Amino acid sequence: MTAPAIDRRPARSSARTPTKKNLFGLKRREAIAAWLFVAPALVGFIAFYLWPAISGLYYSFTDFDLLTAPEFIGVANYTRLLSDPLFWNALGTTSWYVLINIGLQTVLALGIAVLMQRLTQSMVVRGVVMLPYLIANVIAALVWFYMFDFQFGIINEIIAGIGLDRVAFFGESEWAIPTVAFINVWRHMGYTALLIFAGLQAIPKDVYEAGAIDGGSELRMFRSITLPLLRPVLAMVLVVTVTGSFQIFDTIAVTTQGGPVNATRVINYYIFDMAFNRFDFGYGSAMALALFVLLAVFTFVQLRLTRANKSDLG
Amino acid sequence: MTTIINAPAVTAPQELDRAPRPRRRTTPKFTLGRAMAWVALGAVMLITLIPFYWMLRTSFSTSTSLGSDPGSLLPVDFTFGAYERVLGLATPAEALAEGGSGASINFWVYLRNSLIVATVTTIGQVLFCSMAAYAFARLQWRGRDLVFSAFIAALMVPPIFTTIPNFVTIRELGLLNTYAGIILPTLLMTPFAIFFLRQFFLGISREVEEAAIIDGAGTLRRFFQVILPLGSAPIVTLAILTYITSWNEYFWPQLVGREEEVRVLTVALGVFRSQTPQGGPDWAGLMAATLIAALPILVMFIFLGRRVINSIGYSGVK
Repeated sequence: MTAPAIDRRPARSSARTPTKKNLFGLKRREAIAAWLFVAPALVGFIAFYLWPAISGLYYSFTDFDLLTAPEFIGVANYTRLLSDPLFWNALGTTSWYVLINIGLQTVLALGIAVLMQRLTQSMVVRGVVMLPYLIANVIAALVWFYMFDFQFGIINEIIAGIGLDRVAFFGESEWAIPTVAFINVWRHMGYTALLIFAGLQAIPKDVYEAGAIDGGSELRMFRSITLPLLRPVLAMVLVVTVTGSFQIFDTIAVTTQGGPVNATRVINYYIFDMAFNRFDFGYGSAMALALFVLLAVFTFVQLRLTRANKSDLG
Repeated sequence: MTTIINAPAVTAPQELDRAPRPRRRTTPKFTLGRAMAWVALGAVMLITLIPFYWMLRTSFSTSTSLGSDPGSLLPVDFTFGAYERVLGLATPAEALAEGGSGASINFWVYLRNSLIVATVTTIGQVLFCSMAAYAFARLQWRGRDLVFSAFIAALMVPPIFTTIPNFVTIRELGLLNTYAGIILPTLLMTPFAIFFLRQFFLGISREVEEAAIIDGAGTLRRFFQVILPLGSAPIVTLAILTYITSWNEYFWPQLVGREEEVRVLTVALGVFRSQTPQGGPDWAGLMAATLIAALPILVMFIFLGRRVINSIGYSGVK
């Protein structure tokens, strides 16, 4: 992947041959036009990104129930957060989910990507693999919710068929998170595989040929060529998938709704519940900000650890 | 962050529609390893497809009979009843007899709402983001890099953080339970859309635009007559991605659009799932409803899938 510099500025009016006199006028007109072109997006940005970011920060220092004006209470929400066992439970639950989800998903996706690279360029295969990613989270959740059902689900039929005890996948605390994680692995592994696949395509073929001449086995080449050269892509994929994984909501909302007994009350669901069911917008905002900071730190550390912006391809 | 921003720089727009590279070996020799690899890939595809089959199989079953043979690979007591009651074509008595609720459910309304929301969002977002991306990629103006950095920084913010104040805004505007309320936050821009298009616009040949300048074309004409036609491939790709994202969105519409008249399909599915008419959910009805909700995207994917798949890796992230 030899990336050209991204900030290719417009060549300074090289081909334009206006006289010096109207050059200034042209530039001015271009600047005005530019602002007009950006205007709608800028309005959207200010109204739905910048302003909410600022007011979200402010809400996090207030007591706000939506019906009366926010009342400033200093850092009370943050001290509450530190001593709220449910907040820490949510963080723990979410981390456990992310660990299973990302661990399984990344390994499977890497495997699928390597298989595809070795076996086929078929668009049909790639299309099938990507299919689950295109349907809504809600749909993926509902189908598996049915397939995992205690009484009617095919999976429990199979389990009972081979003589084991039926499992309440969504009803038992220790099963709920792994089950939800599995559903999202199912939905995302193919898509993640295609991202990695795109990275694999960028590894020059002659590196493998050289490896083969040196008598390297498949496994050896995977370890010594593929993985190191794929590192920047893998790092980027990890940052994106981990960030997304931390914000799981839909699957939980249509299946367990946080239960059984907080076992799946992940951070996004807890924030949603606090703000929109209990109308504690101040505390909800404080937790959302905590999540933001957590993700930013996480991203920074990940990029540092994986040296994501430096390729070994040179 | 740098990587994510850098990734799409790999893009060469002209490569978008290029056919896959020719295979290196025309007939790879058969080995045990290759056979096993195919088996593994086949298993992956099977696991991917089984739930889709299960939706189909269940949607043609009679809900009340499902319990008697939950493991059946074929529909249990084949019927179109589930589709009829989900689409409001069955009488309450018929619906009750097959395990549905007697209450009227009408997925036509939700289908219409999803169509409106996804279509308007896509048109607005693609148009306004193309315009902005043009200004970022091709025009000289003071403040450009600053504004662009601010937009990109918004990619980092977790949606839940801005959702709370956005809900307050929409509520204060009196737009709860309106299409406008559902659509507005993503109508004018998303950081991803601008970022995605800018990368492509940067790569469009400068010569054509310069020829237009010499012809005296203003910025507006250059945008419509040069950039939009030359950038049509990535613009269409973005439109597809935006449509799918908007169609599948659940979190925001379930906050601001719970009312029946504006309820979109994803929200309706959530509501439907929580109804347990006869002790348990109406599984056949639910699966029929999920298929109806997924169908437009699946059809779109069959016709435009190549474009979506090719955009992966080029778009870097999404």
